[in-house]
Amino acid sequence: MDEIVKEFLIESYENLDCLNRDLVALEKDPHAKETLASIFRTIHTIKGGSGFLGFGKLEAVAHVGENLLSKLRDGIITINPELASALLATVDAVRFMLGQIEITGQPGNRDFSSLIELLARLNDAKSTEAGSIPSPAPSQAVAVTATISPDQAPAVVTASPVTLPPTMKLPAAIVEPMARPAATVSVPLPPGAPASSSPPESAPTVHEPTESRASAVTDSTIRVDVALLDKLMTLVGELVLARNQVLQFTTQRVDSAFLATSQRLNLITTELQGSIMKTRMQPIGNVWGRLPRVVRDLATACGKQVRIEMEGKETELDKTIIEAIKDPLTHIVRNSVDHGIETPDVRSARGKPEEGCLKMRAYHEGGQVNIEINDDGGGIDCERVKQKALQGGLITREQASRMSDHEASRLIFLPGFSTAEKVTNISGRGVGMDVVKTNIDKIGGTVDLQSQPGKGTTLKIKIPLTLAIIPALIVTSGGDRFAIPQISLMELVRLEGEQARQQIEFIHGAAVYRLRGQLLPLAYLNRELNINGKSESELAMVSIVVLQADGHPFGLVVDEINDTEEIVVKPLSKQLKSVASFAGATIMGDGRVALILDVLGLAQRARVVTEARDRTLLENAAQARKTNDARQTLLLFDAGQGSRMAIPLSMVARLEVFPRSSVEYSGTQEVVRYRGQILPLIHVSKYVPAVGVSETSYDEEQSMQVVVVYAEQGRSVGLVVESIHDIVDETITVQRHARANGIFGSAVIQDRVTDLLDVQTIIRAADPSFYCGVSTTQLAA
Amino acid sequence: MTNHTRMTDSKQFATFFLNGLFFGVEVFKVQEVIRYQEMTRVPLAPRMIEGLINLRGQIVTAIDLRRRLEMPPRAAGELPMNVVVRSDDGVVSLLVDEIGDVVEVEDDIYERPPETLNGVARELIRGVYKLKERLLLILDTEKTVGLQASAAQPQKAGN
Repeated sequence: MDEIVKEFLIESYENLDCLNRDLVALEKDPHAKETLASIFRTIHTIKGGSGFLGFGKLEAVAHVGENLLSKLRDGIITINPELASALLATVDAVRFMLGQIEITGQPGNRDFSSLIELLARLNDAKSTEAGSIPSPAPSQAVAVTATISPDQAPAVVTASPVTLPPTMKLPAAIVEPMARPAATVSVPLPPGAPASSSPPESAPTVHEPTESRASAVTDSTIRVDVALLDKLMTLVGELVLARNQVLQFTTQRVDSAFLATSQRLNLITTELQGSIMKTRMQPIGNVWGRLPRVVRDLATACGKQVRIEMEGKETELDKTIIEAIKDPLTHIVRNSVDHGIETPDVRSARGKPEEGCLKMRAYHEGGQVNIEINDDGGGIDCERVKQKALQGGLITREQASRMSDHEASRLIFLPGFSTAEKVTNISGRGVGMDVVKTNIDKIGGTVDLQSQPGKGTTLKIKIPLTLAIIPALIVTSGGDRFAIPQISLMELVRLEGEQARQQIEFIHGAAVYRLRGQLLPLAYLNRELNINGKSESELAMVSIVVLQADGHPFGLVVDEINDTEEIVVKPLSKQLKSVASFAGATIMGDGRVALILDVLGLAQRARVVTEARDRTLLENAAQARKTNDARQTLLLFDAGQGSRMAIPLSMVARLEVFPRSSVEYSGTQEVVRYRGQILPLIHVSKYVPAVGVSETSYDEEQSMQVVVVYAEQGRSVGLVVESIHDIVDETITVQRHARANGIFGSAVIQDRVTDLLDVQTIIRAADPSFYCGVSTTQLAA
Repeated sequence: MTNHTRMTDSKQFATFFLNGLFFGVEVFKVQEVIRYQEMTRVPLAPRMIEGLINLRGQIVTAIDLRRRLEMPPRAAGELPMNVVVRSDDGVVSLLVDEIGDVVEVEDDIYERPPETLNGVARELIRGVYKLKERLLLILDTEKTVGLQASAAQPQKAGN
């Protein structure tokens, strides 16, 4: 059957069920405006639908019904028993035709002219009092009701006695056959025929849709209260916990029957959990559905031409998450149209098609959902953003000068920033973007932004699939267990004995660990939570959980790492909402409660060096007025020929050493295979004129290459340097000079003049395509 | 639970003891009374929060009433009882010393707390029923679990 017809049938059946209820309710309370309005709407919807789908006959019946109802609604006539039964008869007629449509695709050829006539007559008798309606009418009404299918009999039986004037006797013969099974139900009685003279035997028998067939369509879907689904979800959560408890027992026993049973329980629970989760899943298209309209209206208002493209509409997300991203998404889209995409004349002047394009893409990746919103507008003017932030006192001049374009564009997520924009009403993106970020943070998601001046802006949102049941790593600290959501987990490091003492180093009291050459700031869970665990010195080994908070890694030192487990996230009570270090609580296999760590909150609390930079900025902004002192962690290195250079450590993803022999070529580009990817290598010395090219020195003399891995937008490049000197945490004053491209400025670091490398300029010079999301084929070209 | 109809002007209170004082909360606010449960402490939480208990799969915050009312701590080794109450913020457990009976009291022996009562107690004690043998202090459960008053001091290090 046609999908549209099916939908129509499902909807109409549901509406009819309401209608039966409403009509009966209306009879009890004839002035219930809401009920009347609801009845009217229902019939109107059916009329509209049937008209649209070309079911003329159905439309005709619904139409006269609607006319009558509109008079009722407007108070021209009031409901009386006769009207009520006529309306109920209409409902039955509609239901019959819907049944026919379901089976044959057509409303059937039964004649409803008598019903239509009756309705029309009732309609005309608008001004007459209910009692003055000619006497044949009641019998007609009865005759009509007799045409219905058997499942409706009870409704009529209750309605009929009310319908009939007291003087009219209701022959049992009518009521009875109606209550009988389908086979005996008769076709319409001749209009006006005396009710008593219509024994069912004399009427020709027609095969009508049976009850089960009539409801086949409605049976395929069912509307369920969301509260019930929530309850089911909670119960499944409990079941998962109980399952975990049972599984713990299996490790202690050797009863094979018990083992087999618990295995089965395990499987079924997992499957049940999956299915229940599915009931709560909705395609993201549900939220996107309204965006074209938003874009259209806004574009018209701004005098722009914008086309919206969507990809991955069917990507499914938990209902609660769908709800949570609704507003942020609308906001982003509005922003893109309002500020991102230029007016047609500007666009054509810039050599772009007049019609701007807004692309939305959603896809699953590693248990998360990614949503990308891309516009081909003007991009973010980083200088202007910096200016605005400076004016608003959100950043200092030093910060502004040091800031990379990417960092600058992220400034629009600062709360104060957007407000300033709003007040001055200067075009530039960022109105309320902080709200977008806050909302997405709230559901454990992240948002990142890439912008290219003149080319456009891409916002990338990563959000978890569901919030209710998540995989987590269980750790112990100070005798208590804590759960860490797996989504923020990167790796685990265990250091034993002597190794632990040597490899954890301290920079001005801050502990760091060299993880494959890169400095990983460490936070001690015991200390952060003020719990008495074993002191660091008495631990025979150190367990480091490497986590990432807002894209920045840090190590969390815990007493013990236990296991991974599926946990059910339960919210903390209101009294504990203020404790930012916990995201919730869960019940462990042994029935005890364990707290779930909020990795971001914890990282902020620990002031981990490479914590989310916009947050640091926020804090800095507050301090900026007091002290113009901004500390920065810098990586010092030698780019060749003894030149001292520095880059902010936050830009460094890793430090690696590759043997010279592992370097391969892709075209003329030097590359190495690195973590399953191809890492292009850029020799810093080639792009910094001051250093001078020293091609031979590393080719022949050095068998190893020191590479600073720089990653952005999921792509990495390796910066080849001569050697790494140090990592310093210093307050620096940058002196800008345009001496050379690729050098940002100089500063005195450790009592020596050090050049600050402009990494992005160098990468752009080496690989112009790095900052646009171009495909690999273009890259190679 | 609000459908308990009263013939006379009397109320029922679930009672408990705390530092020698006799307290009561409306009986319909009490979900259940359970013996001491193992608890998971919550680092960094306000001091009066003793921890979290697992009440048949539901995670319930336990508030130590002694600390809430700024009373001296329980003697070592004495295990408190849980009075689980329903509040606007969900189910919360109040830790008390000992459980008393459910008592029915007439409204005519009710009085507002004396003016001399001060501190947290003044905020949390709604009124007094003058029973023959002792005074029954009625606790305002919403305010008690709300933690608004004096809840701001977080747990100190090494507690």
